[in-house]
Amino acid sequence: MKRSILSVARVIRSKNSGPFELTLDILFKRRRDFERFRRRKIITPRRIAALYGVAEADVLGIVYFDPCDAIKITLRRWIPSGSPGDSDIYGAQQHAPLLGLTF
Amino acid sequence: MDSRASEFRVLSPTAILGYGFPARSFLKGMRRRPHLIGVDAGSTDPGPYYLGAGTSFTNRAAVKRDLRFMLVHGVRSGIPVVIGSAGGAGARPHVAWCREIVEEIAAEERLAFTLGIVYADVPRRVVAAALKRRAVTPLPFVPPLTAKALAASVNIVAQMGVEPICAALDAGCQVVLCGRCYDPAVFAAPAIRAGFDRGLALHMGKILECAAIAATPGSGADCVLGVLRRDSFVLESLNPRRRFTRASTAAHTLYEKSDPYHLPGPGGMLNLEGCTFTELSRGRVEVRGSRFEPSPAYRVKLEGVRKIGYRTISIAGVRDPVMIGAIDAVLEGVRAQVGAILSADKIAGRVDFHVYGRDGVMGAREPLRRAPAHELGIVIDAVAPTAADSEAICSLTRSTLLHYGYPGRIATAGNLAFPFSPSDAKMGAAFEFSMYHLMPVRDQRIFRREVREVGRRRGGRP
Repeated sequence: MKRSILSVARVIRSKNSGPFELTLDILFKRRRDFERFRRRKIITPRRIAALYGVAEADVLGIVYFDPCDAIKITLRRWIPSGSPGDSDIYGAQQHAPLLGLTF
Repeated sequence: MDSRASEFRVLSPTAILGYGFPARSFLKGMRRRPHLIGVDAGSTDPGPYYLGAGTSFTNRAAVKRDLRFMLVHGVRSGIPVVIGSAGGAGARPHVAWCREIVEEIAAEERLAFTLGIVYADVPRRVVAAALKRRAVTPLPFVPPLTAKALAASVNIVAQMGVEPICAALDAGCQVVLCGRCYDPAVFAAPAIRAGFDRGLALHMGKILECAAIAATPGSGADCVLGVLRRDSFVLESLNPRRRFTRASTAAHTLYEKSDPYHLPGPGGMLNLEGCTFTELSRGRVEVRGSRFEPSPAYRVKLEGVRKIGYRTISIAGVRDPVMIGAIDAVLEGVRAQVGAILSADKIAGRVDFHVYGRDGVMGAREPLRRAPAHELGIVIDAVAPTAADSEAICSLTRSTLLHYGYPGRIATAGNLAFPFSPSDAKMGAAFEFSMYHLMPVRDQRIFRREVREVGRRRGGRP
């Protein structure tokens, strides 16, 4: 049975990393779920690209951060912060598609 | 052993100068006899406008309130007070704005001190020379810098590292007001100057610059104390309601960065691969193993913005289900009708619609944009080379949308609910980031320093 990421994550958030990048964090409640995500490669550039409707090349990287059982995903901002057409200057509300992840 | 030699205590009152803090937390911090009060005042987060317009994104009265605490207690205790990225964006007009506040407080509180001002402005010709040598490198996803983009950029700043701050302290400054600054440098420089490890000092600074955001429950408006030792540092909350945990501290290292193990800054990189976070008693966390790796060339990050014109906006709501069902076609129709008039009148500019309730937050990336809510909020966003044209475009778009006849329309009196009269708001100049690049520097001379005696008569006593 598929499970929601919300059953294993304690924080899911997005924020600018500079005006040209958007960075997404998933912090896990338990180490074993974090390890499972890493082992099974549940989060891939391809999956993120599909979730956000962007090119895979726009996913800069996926980093596993052991000190707090976190996965960090960095994307190209589709519009740089504050340029015409941008809708989220701080990039703080771009995490919602991640909430729908299942595994 | 003198406690000053074995540890270096840093009081960080608030995440951004002007965000505030409880007096009680601050005074508790002062009772710990800190060696430094540091505060970060800036960020690129609020977007390109503030750097371009030379204004602060924080409120003057709030900045003055925070600074008054820091200056009164810092100066009277004889410890340095270091302010980074003054005025938010840290260019000359921002520094001047903050300096005026510092001088006002000094006069009101009868404080006397040596003020060091370190500017971060980079002359265009310096960047042009580096550009010619092909030494200006864009950060990821940033277009390469062109001579044209450079010529159009205003208020170009470079993030300073610890060196210019150390030099200002060496010159006898007690209060150091810095232009654009690498956030951790404010907290790290005085400690590095006192002989502490650069990697640990910078990592501690990286956490302290956000004050209690790294504690739990987190807050951008509360004080924390960092205690730097020879081979570790300890973080503690100055409010009994908060504590640092291993998870809160480590999680903060992720914040706003693309790679939490490798944090590049002026002159090198902070490497956290071997870093450990250990919980101590009384809500404290100890960090070890942070290392600084100098890079072969000392590079600084440049920030610059270019003016793209002026913006006028109008905000309106839509509750009609027929209109909401046809919203894409309606907006396209309005855009076409407005576009035809503007091109006939030779008015340049662009209109964007931010449609809240459909995809106002994520735009084209919104996976649920085909399922709009029962009411929509529309922001008409008109940007044009002149203020008059942006007003004209906004006005025309607003009136066209208000009375636009779409197929199946049942409410023929007007399509929009305006919450305000006037319906249109002038937003002033509009900017976009044009520079976010690395540039090598041979020495620290680009960061010009000015030293002033505040509250002392020349040659006399305070």
